[in-house]
Amino acid sequence: MSEEPRIGVFICHCGINIGGVVRVPEVVEYAKTLPNVVYATDHLYMCSAGGLQTIKDAIRKHQLNRVVVASCTPRTHEPLFREACEEAGLNKYLFEMANIREHCSWVHMHEPDRATEKAKEIVRMAVAKARLLEPLEDVVVEVKPSALVIGAGPAGMTAALSLANQGFHVYLVERDAEVGGMLRRLSKLYPTNRPASELLEKLSKSVMEHKNITLYTSTTVEEVSGFIGNFQVTAKRNGEELKLEVGTIIVATGASVYEPVGLYGYGVYDGVVTQLQLEEMLRDGRIGKPNSVVMIQCVGARTPERPYCSRICCATAIKNAVAIKEDVNPAAKVYVLYRDLQAYGREYEELFRRAQELGVTFINYLEDRPPEVQANPAGGLMVKVYHATLGREFTLPADLVVLSTPLIQHEDAKELSQILKVPLGPDGFFLEAHVKLRPVDFSTDGIYVCGTAHGPKNVAESIAQAHAAAARASIPMASGKVRVEGIVAVVDRGKCVGCGLCVELCRFGAHVMEGGKSKVIEALCKGCGVCAASCPQRAITMKHFTDQQILAAVEAAFRG
Amino acid sequence: MSEKAVLVIGGGIAGIQASLDLANRGIKVYLVEKTPSIGGRMAQLDKTFPTMDCSICILAPKMIECARHPNIELLTYSEVVDVHGSVGDFTVKVLKRPRYVDEEKCTGCGLCTEKCPKKVPNEFDMGLGMRKAIYIPFPQAVPRVSIIDEENCLYFQKGICRVCEKFCPAGAIDFEQKPQELELKVGAIVVATGLTQVKPTMVPEYGYGRYKNVVTSLELERLVCASGPTRGKLLRPSDNAAPKSVGFIQCVGSRGLKEGGYPYCSSVCCMYATKEAVIIKEHDPETEVYIFYIDLRAFGKGFQEFVNRAKSMWGVHYIRAMPSDVREDPDTKDLIVRYEDLETKEIREIRLGMVVLCSALTPSPENRKLAEILGVEVDEYGFFKSPDPLCLPVDTTKPGIFMCGYCQGPKDIPESVAQASGAAARAAEVLVREVAR
Repeated sequence: MSEEPRIGVFICHCGINIGGVVRVPEVVEYAKTLPNVVYATDHLYMCSAGGLQTIKDAIRKHQLNRVVVASCTPRTHEPLFREACEEAGLNKYLFEMANIREHCSWVHMHEPDRATEKAKEIVRMAVAKARLLEPLEDVVVEVKPSALVIGAGPAGMTAALSLANQGFHVYLVERDAEVGGMLRRLSKLYPTNRPASELLEKLSKSVMEHKNITLYTSTTVEEVSGFIGNFQVTAKRNGEELKLEVGTIIVATGASVYEPVGLYGYGVYDGVVTQLQLEEMLRDGRIGKPNSVVMIQCVGARTPERPYCSRICCATAIKNAVAIKEDVNPAAKVYVLYRDLQAYGREYEELFRRAQELGVTFINYLEDRPPEVQANPAGGLMVKVYHATLGREFTLPADLVVLSTPLIQHEDAKELSQILKVPLGPDGFFLEAHVKLRPVDFSTDGIYVCGTAHGPKNVAESIAQAHAAAARASIPMASGKVRVEGIVAVVDRGKCVGCGLCVELCRFGAHVMEGGKSKVIEALCKGCGVCAASCPQRAITMKHFTDQQILAAVEAAFRG
Repeated sequence: MSEKAVLVIGGGIAGIQASLDLANRGIKVYLVEKTPSIGGRMAQLDKTFPTMDCSICILAPKMIECARHPNIELLTYSEVVDVHGSVGDFTVKVLKRPRYVDEEKCTGCGLCTEKCPKKVPNEFDMGLGMRKAIYIPFPQAVPRVSIIDEENCLYFQKGICRVCEKFCPAGAIDFEQKPQELELKVGAIVVATGLTQVKPTMVPEYGYGRYKNVVTSLELERLVCASGPTRGKLLRPSDNAAPKSVGFIQCVGSRGLKEGGYPYCSSVCCMYATKEAVIIKEHDPETEVYIFYIDLRAFGKGFQEFVNRAKSMWGVHYIRAMPSDVREDPDTKDLIVRYEDLETKEIREIRLGMVVLCSALTPSPENRKLAEILGVEVDEYGFFKSPDPLCLPVDTTKPGIFMCGYCQGPKDIPESVAQASGAAARAAEVLVREVAR
C-alpha cells in the first residue's frame, strides 16, 4: 500500500484484568508518540458494542488505514475486531492485535510499573508491524451438497439420516459387512430399557430406505484429498476402488472395548467375563441362572496408563445388575465393586436407587487396595474385597465375575487420523477444535466428529451428538460456499527448486508439487508458517507474517 | 432457503449456539431472552473446566455475533406468553417489557448509572455486590443498553428524581415506554431455558443464610471473578479478609431423598468444585482447599486427568465424606466442619475460613408455566421431557418443538453446545420438510 499509514491504537482495560495492573492512560499517551499513529484511545471493554463503535467511528473520523487493538488474545477476539474494521470500510487484514493481557497484565499482576512498560513495548511492536500490513482477500470456496459419513453405528446412521432429511446426499461408509457397530453387541439400552435390536432395526431400515443415502458396507476409507467443499475420497470395497466427491466429512467410527488380559483372572477362569460379554450373554439368553454375580468397575480405567473415566460403565453395570435381578434370577446375589459411582444426571441416580431396592449390593473399593479374584475351593470363584465404607475385608463367592472395562480408541484410528489430517488427543480419541465451544468440529474445516470416536458416551448421548455434527456439516453445504482465511502461504515459483521439504512438513496437506515446484492449496493452508520458516530457498512468504513485518516488530522490541 | 423462521427461547450458551447454527444455515431466528441481556449462566462463571478458559472471554464473541447476525432478531427482556398452531406453522406472542430506555438511542455510555442515586443488590453478582436502579447488567452485556429497574427506581416508586433523564446525552430515557406485544410466525421452536441453583436452606445444618462465610458455589464464582464484587480477590463476606482455607461440600440438596432436595445428580458440581479449587490455588497457593464428596464424578473428556492435576499439581485435598454439620466460631467467624472420613472411619473436625455449598442445580422454575404455554410435558423436577430419550434426545413431546441445554437434563457446557447444534439440526429438518410440502 503506497499511501502513508494512518494508525489508530485502541487500548482495552478489560475491566480490571488489564486496567488493574497496567496504567492504560499512560500507554495511550505513549502510543500517540509512535510513528504514524494518528489516534489513540482506551475503553473499559474494547470488545463491547460500545468499544467496537468507538473503533468504527475513529476509522471514519480520522481516516485510519491501520488499526491496532491492545487487549487480550486474538484467538477469541480477533474476528470481532476485524469485522468492526470491515464494517467501517477497512480491509480486515489491516488490523493488528497486541496481547497485553495474557502476555502482560495476567503474568505480571504484582508489578504494575514493569507491566506498564512491557505493555508499551508490546504496543510499539504491534504498531511497527501494522505499518507494513497489506490488504488481503479471503478465499471463497464452493461447497458440494454431499457428505461422507464414516462409520454406520448409531452415531453415523443418525448423522446420515439427519443430513439426508435436510436434503443433502450422504455416502455412509461402514467397514463391517453389516451396519450397527456396537449396537449389534448390546442387549437393552438405558434409560428406556429398550432392546438394542429394536433401535438397530429402526435406524438401519430408515438408512436403507432413504433416497438421499448411499450405503457402502465392507468398505474402508483409503485416501482423502482436497478441502472443505471439495473432498476427493478413495474408498475400498471388497478390493474394488471407489471414488467419491463430497463437501463435508463426519467421523463416526466408534470405539473398541479394552480387553483386560491378565487382570482379575480374565483369560484364566471361565467365569470371568467383560461387561460387554455379559451384554451379549443377556442379549442371547446365554447367562444361565447364576446365584452370585460380582461386577468390578474401573478395570483398566482411571489408571496411570489410561487415566480417563469411561463414563458409561457404571450405568451399564447398574442396568445389567437390575436385569439379572429382574429377568434372570431374583434370588441372585449381585455385587458391584466400584471406586466412584458415576450415576450422573437425572435417570441414573434413579436407576441406582432401583438397583439398591432390588437388593444389589454396592461396595466401595480403594484404588490402592483393589479386589482379588481367586478360584473357590468349594467350586466357582471368589472375590476378596476390602469394603472401604465398613473398613473390613469380605470374601464373596461368585459364579460370574464381570469386569467393566473402558471404551478405547480403535487400534487403527491413527491411520484414519492421518488420512483425514485430524488429531487424536492424549486419551487416543479424536480431538475436537475447542473442548468447550466447538465440541463436534475439527480444526480442519469441513470435518466433524460424533459418537464414541470422540470419547466414551452412551447411545443417547451419541445420537444427540450425531445431530450436532449434522447441524455443523449442514451449514457450509446449505449456503453452498465458505470463506477461507486470507492469511496463507504463497510460493515464489521463480525461487522454488522443488526440493519438496514444504510438502513433507505441512501437516495440513496444503503444499502439493505441480510441474516440479511447490504450490499452496489456499483452502487447506492454516497459516502456521512452518513452510516459510523452513524453505531453504526463502521461496515461501507467509502473508500477514512476512519476514519484513516480523523483523520490524522485533526491531521495535529491541531498539525502542 | 425457506421463509419459515425458528423461535429460540433462552439466550444462554445453548440458545446462542442453536441460534447461530440456524442463522448461519440461512434460517431466520427470533431469540427471546427474559433478562435484559443474553449470556445466561456462562456469563457469570469465572473460568471453565477442564481447560480453564476464561468463561466470558470465550462467550462474549458469540454473544456479539448473535447481536450482529443479519438472520437473528434479539428480543431481550421479553417473554413468550402464547403459542398456537403446530409444527411448521406456529403463531407466537412475545411480551417485550419496557426498559424505559430507547434501545436505538442508548449508546451504553453509562452516565445514567453513574448519576443514579439508588443502589440495590446486583443479581448478576448473586446479590454480593451493588448496582444502581438504572444499569447495564454486566460490562459485556448484549445488547449493551441501560435498563431501569422499575421496582427500585425513585421516580417509579416515589415520583421524584428523573436524574438519568437529565444527564443522558442521547435523550434515550423514556419513562412513558409501554409493554409491547409482538406476534411471530415460526416453523419450529427451540427451548433452552437453562438452570438455576437452589438456595441450600433445605440443609439447615450447613448454616447457609445464618453464617456469613457459608456461600453457594455460584456466589463463589462471582467472588473469584475479576469482574465480580471483590474485583477478583477472594475475600470472605464476614470481614473482607482472604480465607486461609476453604472447604467445598458436594451434593447439597441433591442425590438424596431429603425433603426440599432433589434425588438426581446435578452432573457438573464435582468438576466445577475442582475448577474453583484450582482457581483459589491460582490466587494464592498457600490457601488450603478441601473437597468433601460422596462419589467423585469426573466422567467427561479430560475430567479425571484434570482432577489428577488438581491433586498432584495444586495439592487440593479430596475427602470422601458427607459432613454432618457446620458451626461458626462466633469470635473469628471461622467455620468448624464435622465429618466422618469414610476412608479412615474417623470422626473429625476441621476449622475452615470459608465453606462453599455445591447445591443442587435445577431447571428454571418457570419451565412449568412455559411448558403449559407450549403444550409440552415436563417431568417432576421441571425438566422438559422427550417422547423417546434414547432416539430423540432433543425432541419435546410436541412435534416441531425441540430442546437443548440444562432444561433437558443436567449437563455441562460442551454437552449443551452439542445438544444445541443437535436441536438446530432437528429444527432445520422440520423446516426443510415443510418447504418440500
